[in-house]
Amino acid sequence: MLKSTTAFVLGLGLASAALGQSYDTGASDDEIKFGVILPLSGPASAYGSAGACFEGYFNRVNDNGGINGRKVSVIVRDDGYNPARTLEQARRLVERDGVLFIAGNIGTPGNSAIHSYMNQRKVPHIFLITGASKWDDPENYPWTMAFTPSYAAEALIYAQYIKENFPQGKVGILYQNDDFGRDYLEPFLQELGEDMVVSQVSFDTTAATVDSQMSALKDSGADIFFNVASPKFAAQAIRRAGEIGWAPTQFLVSVSNAKSAVLEPAGLAFSDGIITTQYLKEPSSPAYAEDADVAAWHDFRDNYFRAGSEGNWWDWSCYSASFAIEHVLNEAGDDLTRTNLMAVASGLKDLETPMLLDGITLTTGPDDFAPIEAMSLMRFNGDSWELFGDVMNVD
Amino acid sequence: MSMHDIEMTREAGRIPPTAVKRRIAQAAFVLAVLAVAGLFEGYHLFLASSILAYAIAAMGLNVLMGYNGQISLGHGAFFAIGAYTAAIGMDRFGIPYMLAPVMAGIVGMGAGWLIGKPALRLEGVYLALATFGLAIAMPTVLRSDLFSQWTGGVQGLFLSVDAAPSWTGLDLDQTIYLLAALYFLLFVFITLRLVGGLNGKAWIATRDNPIAARAMGFNVTRAKTRAFVFSVLACSVGGALQGIAVQFVAPDSFPFFLSISLFTAVLVGGLSSPLLGPILGAIFIVVIPSITEDIWQGGSWAVYGAMIIAIVAVQPRGLAGMVAWAGEKIGALPRS
Repeated sequence: MLKSTTAFVLGLGLASAALGQSYDTGASDDEIKFGVILPLSGPASAYGSAGACFEGYFNRVNDNGGINGRKVSVIVRDDGYNPARTLEQARRLVERDGVLFIAGNIGTPGNSAIHSYMNQRKVPHIFLITGASKWDDPENYPWTMAFTPSYAAEALIYAQYIKENFPQGKVGILYQNDDFGRDYLEPFLQELGEDMVVSQVSFDTTAATVDSQMSALKDSGADIFFNVASPKFAAQAIRRAGEIGWAPTQFLVSVSNAKSAVLEPAGLAFSDGIITTQYLKEPSSPAYAEDADVAAWHDFRDNYFRAGSEGNWWDWSCYSASFAIEHVLNEAGDDLTRTNLMAVASGLKDLETPMLLDGITLTTGPDDFAPIEAMSLMRFNGDSWELFGDVMNVD
Repeated sequence: MSMHDIEMTREAGRIPPTAVKRRIAQAAFVLAVLAVAGLFEGYHLFLASSILAYAIAAMGLNVLMGYNGQISLGHGAFFAIGAYTAAIGMDRFGIPYMLAPVMAGIVGMGAGWLIGKPALRLEGVYLALATFGLAIAMPTVLRSDLFSQWTGGVQGLFLSVDAAPSWTGLDLDQTIYLLAALYFLLFVFITLRLVGGLNGKAWIATRDNPIAARAMGFNVTRAKTRAFVFSVLACSVGGALQGIAVQFVAPDSFPFFLSISLFTAVLVGGLSSPLLGPILGAIFIVVIPSITEDIWQGGSWAVYGAMIIAIVAVQPRGLAGMVAWAGEKIGALPRS
């Protein structure tokens, strides 16, 4: 009797699940609507090309039949990198345009401004292209999730590598005295242990140079240099170390590892041997000439994303994030509610999105909102970056 | 009793018909501002609150630029000071958000006086340049570590605002809007009084001919300082209200572009139109960018810029001038 009742209830549940299509605002039998907020204007408008990437990606999805028979509409809104405007655009997307969710926003300040709004409204705010560690806080902010690996994860990777390979090393740290710097510094010190650090000096972003800090680091006798600086200061530090004849093993945060913006101004000779991390394939690198993933990226770019470039990492990280969005929508099936989307997004298991380095995948859980926590180390050989060693995972 | 006496008593006992009309118009205006809280909701009410916050700032700047003839390219800095004062007051000192704009106004006035004193020795374009310097310095100052324990540094500060008690039946957006409306009406009252009174005459005289004004006994320096301090007061209260509406302040919220936006609001709205100009100007800077974005995504600022050029070219008195012109045309029709 009990068994048959259970079976009946189960059957009823299954049947209603199969028949029942549940939708929240922004989803219907033939459409899924979502929004992206990016700086299309203003000082950070270079990031704006990512908007065209999301649009192009889902144009291709729609050309191939959409998702479970539904067309995907992407609404891209401009915030000019002004947090007040990000909130205005988020409210416009959620309340007026009626999007199902918001995804792929670039930048920490703007996403901070809408962090509590999105969570109060219970609208998914996912796969953000920013690495602040605060996006991984499912307990307090269960509707927000980043795509980019966090600065904390990256810092742990450097610390682990140093512990394994330079157990007797004396570490000197230069860090930017703001939240960006501290996001790296705190987990790094925690993992490495304070006793390996012989000197840590900070600088303010208003400073003209970091010359005196570099002299202090050299005098401390450090033979390992951890460079936690945004591009301009990172370049100054590398150059200064070379000029004063200090030749430690250098670790450079990924934010500042662009060859053209940092290493060239610093001097390629001074940059020889620097170690940093990467999690994406760089399409212009000769190492990927034969790579199927990169070939697919080029094909996508030529057909759907003319504005895309070979030099901007956010262009192909958006491509990668778009795949993750598509995957979540596919998995959500006919249950296109906001709750279900978050359930799917926080249940990713080794999802391989395009352009990720081999061995790096997306994994999340109800209490783990950091999709990518593995990166690969790479070393500058005086001309280009070369990956080395295995992918390091700090999950 | 002669006919003349009868006329006299009538006149004495009655308010002139024009004054009655004006009272009715004033009451209708107040009701219209308050009624918005019931007519709209959510996103639109949020936009309306923003418009009122910017309109207060523009009213102040309009007094400075339109009536006193001084150019400021830096009032976004005072808008930022107001927003941050409200945020710090609420976050660190537990000041109720209803009173945060008052605190912002006091701090703003102090800052305006401190900066205004030396800056007002500068004339015309030099004052514009000095205030420009202030505006570009502001985000860096807000970001700097020197003040970060107060300002929250690059991360900014959250302003936690609760809706009015439930018995009022107001939701959060309505509460914030009514707060903005209250301050807005207060500033409408003060601005119109100032502009219509002796201060307004002193400002206009100082603008049109400072030497003649001085010869007539006006204290030109005091007139200029008053105009400057009042404009800063209005900008900081506007900033506080905008901060409360957004519930978040960060250095990037107050770029130099904000100062230019306020400048635009005053000019596009209409110089020397004390009320209609700032309102139309505020609507222009808040609403038009989202409309131009729909017209041409990615090129929205080109459309926006073209609109500014068109307005200034067609009617130098701005949108308020256009409304006045249209009013005259319509009023003139029956007679012609």
